Amino acid sequence: MTLGPLLIGIYVFVLAGFVGFEMITKVPPTLHTPLMSGANAISGITVVGAVAAATTAPPTIANLLGLVAIVTATINVVGGFLVTDRMLRMFGKKKK
Amino acid sequence: MSHEVIRSNLVPIIYLLSTVLFIFGIKQLAKVKTARRGNTIAAAGMLFAITGALLELGVVDYRWIGAGLILGTIIGALFAIRVQMTAMPEMVALFNGFGGIASALVASSVYWSVVVEGGASGTVYDALGTDEAITVMLSILVGGVTFTGSLVALLKLQGRLRKGQPILLPARHFITFGLLFASLAAGGIAVGAGAPDSMVWVLSLAGGALVLGVLLTIPIGGADMPVVVSLLNSYSGLAASMAGFVIGNPLLIIGGAMVGAAGLILTQIMCVAMNRSLLNVLVGGFGVGEGTAGGSDEYTGVTSCGPEEAAMVLENAESVIIIPGYGLAVAQAQHAVRELADLLKSRGTKVTYAIHPVAGRMPGHMNVLLAEADVPYEELLEMDVINSEFKNTDVAIVLGANDVVNPIATKDPSSPIAGMPILNAHEARSVFVVKRSLSPGYAGIKNELFEYDNTMMIFGDAKKVLQGLIGEVKGL
Repeated sequence: MTLGPLLIGIYVFVLAGFVGFEMITKVPPTLHTPLMSGANAISGITVVGAVAAATTAPPTIANLLGLVAIVTATINVVGGFLVTDRMLRMFGKKKK
Repeated sequence: MSHEVIRSNLVPIIYLLSTVLFIFGIKQLAKVKTARRGNTIAAAGMLFAITGALLELGVVDYRWIGAGLILGTIIGALFAIRVQMTAMPEMVALFNGFGGIASALVASSVYWSVVVEGGASGTVYDALGTDEAITVMLSILVGGVTFTGSLVALLKLQGRLRKGQPILLPARHFITFGLLFASLAAGGIAVGAGAPDSMVWVLSLAGGALVLGVLLTIPIGGADMPVVVSLLNSYSGLAASMAGFVIGNPLLIIGGAMVGAAGLILTQIMCVAMNRSLLNVLVGGFGVGEGTAGGSDEYTGVTSCGPEEAAMVLENAESVIIIPGYGLAVAQAQHAVRELADLLKSRGTKVTYAIHPVAGRMPGHMNVLLAEADVPYEELLEMDVINSEFKNTDVAIVLGANDVVNPIATKDPSSPIAGMPILNAHEARSVFVVKRSLSPGYAGIKNELFEYDNTMMIFGDAKKVLQGLIGEVKGL
């Protein structure tokens, strides 16, 4: 049996999905929001693809699409991680 | 090291490291003690990933990339620093949308540069490869739906779009499914079309996806937004995974799949907490035009009181449970409620909070809000834990919650909320319900609790009522 790139990708996708399910079951409700916004920041990983899409300097439509992708994905990443940290900092406060 | 060595050896190792950091990060994010560190670890994983992506490119013109990264960082940081904790659901919805559109744009960019600007002859699948051609179309579809779906959710959360009420178009199921099939068909035709002709089909697909996101979200009411936001979170992960297939990068596939799973789990938790199926939520229209089953809408025998009277009851209470709901967020009353709790605790009263899983507009909304007001999370108890406590409790204070304390859910099988797990506030010796009026909650039905003999309504804005109570208790 030889696996082409698509099948390997599907294997990886399915297995990663299971890893996600296993890790997140039994998460306490207190963390639902931070977990969601932290996971949301990770979905900005698409920035890796966006970086490759905006390489050439003369502005073409493909480049412009890539540029907008970088901006939106970076907002997602930076904003997502920062806002999650802000929330979790509040949870960590010590009682007086 | 030559660039080829970097590309084929170093970069994949960096991506693997990044994957491991994501997994550790998410795992720690799911435990209270380690959550903050988990978030930092995941962020470090992202930094490695972006470094890897830049190394993979080698020496190219970085101006656009740099500008995009800097601009995105500034905007993202501003959002994160300035957002109010009460507006967190809107923030998450907006970021979901950005993630979705980014993935769709990456796929569009690949299509554009290879097929349109690359001047490919032959068909799209000749130019891109069949797998890549199909995943390009799927990325555009999922990313587009996530984008506009999230924007509509955002507007609903802000109380715009008919105040978040469901918007029901005639023949909406027919239109929605028709458009879904049309979009899929356009994507399919685009894959098989000759390169020059494919553009119109790709644009049709993109347009269809954007409209579809709107159509799927407008029939769903504001209080079902916790489900919708969780589901869109899942979609944004799925879109990133699809983009990973397009550019052949396992890091995107893995990161996206894990986010997709996380979003689905939260979606499931929200649905169980309402005893409704995901389909029932997505079909929408909940609480609209349903005749109230079992009894009339008219309230009889409702008693109300002012803060003075309530303060006298609180004075003698040994235990108090506070039940926060969306009304608390609207009134921005989280600090006032903490102040009242502190005051009662200083008088020797035991105070805890009962949190219903769907209280608010986002999973965990109340927890974030109360954490902002420095309420220790140990005092916030889940429904399963606290429900047996109500019968031994002197006072339950319901603050801006409604359907989640309606006893009819456990009694009348014909009620729209039949079978929904509720907080047993009615079992407390006295119940105070702080509410502006007797208007129905999201389910559009009357709340039996308000008529109970042990229930007293305190009409008014949650924050003002709490301030009144604080004043009265201090004066005792």
